[in-house]
Amino acid sequence: MHTSSTLILVLAVFAASLVEMVEALTIVVAAGVSRGWRPALEGAAAALVVLGVLVVAVGVPLIRYIPLDALRVVVGALLLVLGLSWLRKAILRASGHKDPHDEDRIFAATVAELSSEDEAAAALTAAARTETRKHDGVGFAVAFKGVFLEGTEVVLIVVSLGAAQHRLGLAALAAAAAAVLVAVVGLVVARQLSEVPENTIKTVVGVMLTSFGLFWVGEGAGVHWPGDDLAIPVLVGFFVLVFFVLTAFMRTQLPAPATEKAVQ
Amino acid sequence: MKAVSRAIRAFGHFWWDFLVGDTPELALATGVLVGLAFLLNGQRIVGAILLPLVATAFLFVSTYRGRRRAPRS
Repeated sequence: MHTSSTLILVLAVFAASLVEMVEALTIVVAAGVSRGWRPALEGAAAALVVLGVLVVAVGVPLIRYIPLDALRVVVGALLLVLGLSWLRKAILRASGHKDPHDEDRIFAATVAELSSEDEAAAALTAAARTETRKHDGVGFAVAFKGVFLEGTEVVLIVVSLGAAQHRLGLAALAAAAAAVLVAVVGLVVARQLSEVPENTIKTVVGVMLTSFGLFWVGEGAGVHWPGDDLAIPVLVGFFVLVFFVLTAFMRTQLPAPATEKAVQ
Repeated sequence: MKAVSRAIRAFGHFWWDFLVGDTPELALATGVLVGLAFLLNGQRIVGAILLPLVATAFLFVSTYRGRRRAPRS
């Protein structure tokens, strides 16, 4: 296995995990601010444990019992579906056809939603309210769901990339490192990380997943890539170019603003 | 029994949303690319050129389908 493909594997998993965990952090912080930190952190921790168990439960049997070529085709197809859809979304966002992901808006909406539920509990006595916060099922459930749903895609990426390259441990480590980094930074600043250039990272991950997916599908089906694993960085470069060309083209397809139309 | 069938349905929904969702053309693209890769078994240059080009073509179609359209007056 070439160092370049291992490096791209680590980068792809790290970046994918980073993006998804930033999204999850927004929900956890919103749950913590409006429903109390303890249930929010417990929910997030429980979801991370379940995700870790999923990686081991799905990834290890894949590596042990499925022939490598078949595994690469299946994994490559999964990565292609994911990668192409991330890349499509990134192009639409970069060209102005789709609104960028806005953590501030999601944070405000989640806090508003959770606070309205909190108002219902406001009628309780102070002691009862403290007890409710300690064992707040809503705060726990919202944080758990946020981390679990955002993390499921990361699990798929970790299992796919890790299994196809027989580097499950390394892939899981890269994902865990990103999750820890986001959690530490999030806890230190105690807010959602809206400054993270999420759309750019999503573009990078989309390019990497598409490149890996195409490579593994070809490799598993018996296509001989020139340069073997060195074809992966070439594919990455190709899809970066595709991203810029399609983004530039899509910018020309934006509908004229309403005011201009009215003048015409 | 109800819980099991609900879980199976939810599992099916998850995979349908994940693999097809609102971009069925990308699921089709993946199927076509897998089929094409098997047809190109043993090829070197042709496979390395054709697979990325076909992926790009599907990506173009899907992105163009998702464009923001001017409201109809």
